[in-house]
Amino acid sequence: MSSQGKFGDYGGQYVPEVLMPAIEELADAYERYVLENEDGFMDEFRARLRDFGGRPIPLQRADQLSARYDREVYLKREDLLHGGAHKLNNALGQVLLAKYMGKERIVAETGAGQHGTATAMAAAHLDMPCEVYMGETDIARQRPNVFRMRTNGAEVTPVTTGRGTLKEAISETMRDWATTVEDTHYVIGSVVGPHPFPEMVRTFQAVISEEAREQTRERTGGLPDAVLACAGGGSNTMGAFHHFVDDEDVDLYAVEAGGSSLSVDEAEGVAPNSASLSTGEEAVLHGARTKVLQDTDGQVMESHSVSAGLDYAGVGPELAHLVDEGRVRAVNVDDDAALEAFHRLSQDEGIIPALETAHAFGYLEKYHDDIGETVVVNVSGRGDKDLETVIEETMDRDLDIAPDMGVFREVGGGRL
Amino acid sequence: MSLEEAFADGPAFIPYLAAGDPSYEASLEYVEALERGGADVIELGLPFSEPIAEGSTIQEAVVRALEAGMTPDRYFEFVEDLDVDVPLVCMTYYNLVYQYGASEAEKGPRPFVERAAEAGIEGFVVVDLPAEEAGPLREACDEFGLDLIFIVAPTTEGERLERMRERVSGYVYVQSRLGTTGARDEVSDYTERSLSRLADWDVPKAVGFGIKTGDHAERIVAAGADGIIVGSALVDIVAEGVDESTADVAARLEEKARELKRGAVRGAGVPRAE
Ligand SMILES: Cc1ncc(COP(=O)(O)O)c(C=O)c1O
Repeated sequence: MSSQGKFGDYGGQYVPEVLMPAIEELADAYERYVLENEDGFMDEFRARLRDFGGRPIPLQRADQLSARYDREVYLKREDLLHGGAHKLNNALGQVLLAKYMGKERIVAETGAGQHGTATAMAAAHLDMPCEVYMGETDIARQRPNVFRMRTNGAEVTPVTTGRGTLKEAISETMRDWATTVEDTHYVIGSVVGPHPFPEMVRTFQAVISEEAREQTRERTGGLPDAVLACAGGGSNTMGAFHHFVDDEDVDLYAVEAGGSSLSVDEAEGVAPNSASLSTGEEAVLHGARTKVLQDTDGQVMESHSVSAGLDYAGVGPELAHLVDEGRVRAVNVDDDAALEAFHRLSQDEGIIPALETAHAFGYLEKYHDDIGETVVVNVSGRGDKDLETVIEETMDRDLDIAPDMGVFREVGGGRL
Repeated sequence: MSLEEAFADGPAFIPYLAAGDPSYEASLEYVEALERGGADVIELGLPFSEPIAEGSTIQEAVVRALEAGMTPDRYFEFVEDLDVDVPLVCMTYYNLVYQYGASEAEKGPRPFVERAAEAGIEGFVVVDLPAEEAGPLREACDEFGLDLIFIVAPTTEGERLERMRERVSGYVYVQSRLGTTGARDEVSDYTERSLSRLADWDVPKAVGFGIKTGDHAERIVAAGADGIIVGSALVDIVAEGVDESTADVAARLEEKARELKRGAVRGAGVPRAE
């Protein structure tokens, strides 16, 4: 078992003993149902992704951006998936798997609330009780998603430790799972955690690149020169990259959150970014060996990003490995560039992207000349959940591209 | 004294505190108070920022200790500054073990174990390191003559149990119920079942997770445990006393330790239902 789930030196299973049998049971179920389609699991998963999720998802040519950058820009519109983000691919897969395994309860953690929302939807759809842990900082900045989860019948439990973001929420969900492991499945929200989670989540998300690869061929007669996706934990990145990994001519860009600065404050244990691929070091966090923002002693740092879904000190082990191998390029843009890109995509293409997604477009804006003739950008989610944050962050900044914020200043408080 | 020897004179009382909680100086006194209260081994937590196996009591202790400046190097100094005569076990998470070392090239468990041995540590419990991943740490422990203790959970069965049996030394930590650490009002009925599965292991069996009173200690030793491990019930005393004088809190810890030790001893006198 221990040789499985390794990506180079990364990955593995580093969890308290009480969880080991559960992740072994899960690894076994993953192999049988997902990899071998036992009892027609994958057929049911694909049927539900179609009927409930709305797949296949279009690959859209972005006409204004193509003209602006003088190249062919295609958008993989995961924002059109039910729930408004790629997260449903994984959540539906895992909740269904939990059902096949005979589990009776779902727990999940969430940062942006997007994974929590997808899990709450999948759990309601498949009639499973669901509890979602969410940091209090994230609850404050992602209220619409908190309400969506509650509306779908999920419990949302605030996590008050640390800075109250995704890292703390994952720790808290692991604690719940350790207590309830016999009848509960933990639907982890990204390609992180102990084996089999990173591989399993990637497998559920790989439908993105499976479709995108086929769709680019149909549209252009060939493969793209580059694929761009934003990286928090790395699930939409791995999903968008997976079926291109063997196509050596396709460049793969994982765009991280540069936050306000790439430097760190060791004394305070704080990194004003969440660029763990670009600036992190190898560590063991949340069940896997991977790249993590940590101090020289190995204490994990608090990360920062304007987008809650990228605000995590770690990253998936497979993505870390592909970066070390040189197959994936780890790049980043800062909060300002992401906010600008948010407004640009909204104005130019009529698509309001998630702040996470906006990082990928921020990179495209800066470096489009260097990344080939045909580019696919993974639009990992839509931005409805971020509107309150964007109003506040835009008022605080001098962005030429932003709409006039006067009306919000007059009404006051910045809250809609 | 070796860990196994600590179990030689009847049931061992093994308290846990997070080193440096709520301050370096106070924490030294608290650990010493536990020895006066009858500790046979002391599990001394080296605080890690993501203590995923801990309940809120110990998690908050870890936060207090980190905020007061505890680091792995300070921890080893702390061990050297302690005036106690019982074996010390370092309880921590793998990332701190793995990151220790002066340079990138020598990082890994070896420098950590070497430094721990020099400071006077006798063994380790690494909460998020299952037996499958423990090879490098086991090797370093063998090199420096330290023990590696594994936690057996109520869910541990079959092959996994055998693997631990091969790799464990010092004592085995029997987790008495599912979940995280934290004091409870009831003794879990998993305890006897767990102990009977380990009956023929040739290391002492110490039961922990949730033990709070002398009465709990008595029942667990009567059920066949060779020792009891108590963390949260003691950390609660530290937490309640953050605004009080160190001497008062130390006195309460000593008294609580005495209650737990007495309970364990009473339990050993009760004939087992075999
Ligand atoms: C829309 C969107 N994109 C991206 C992410 C980042 O996660 P990951 O890197 O796992 O795709 C999130 C996380 O919440 C998200 O909501």
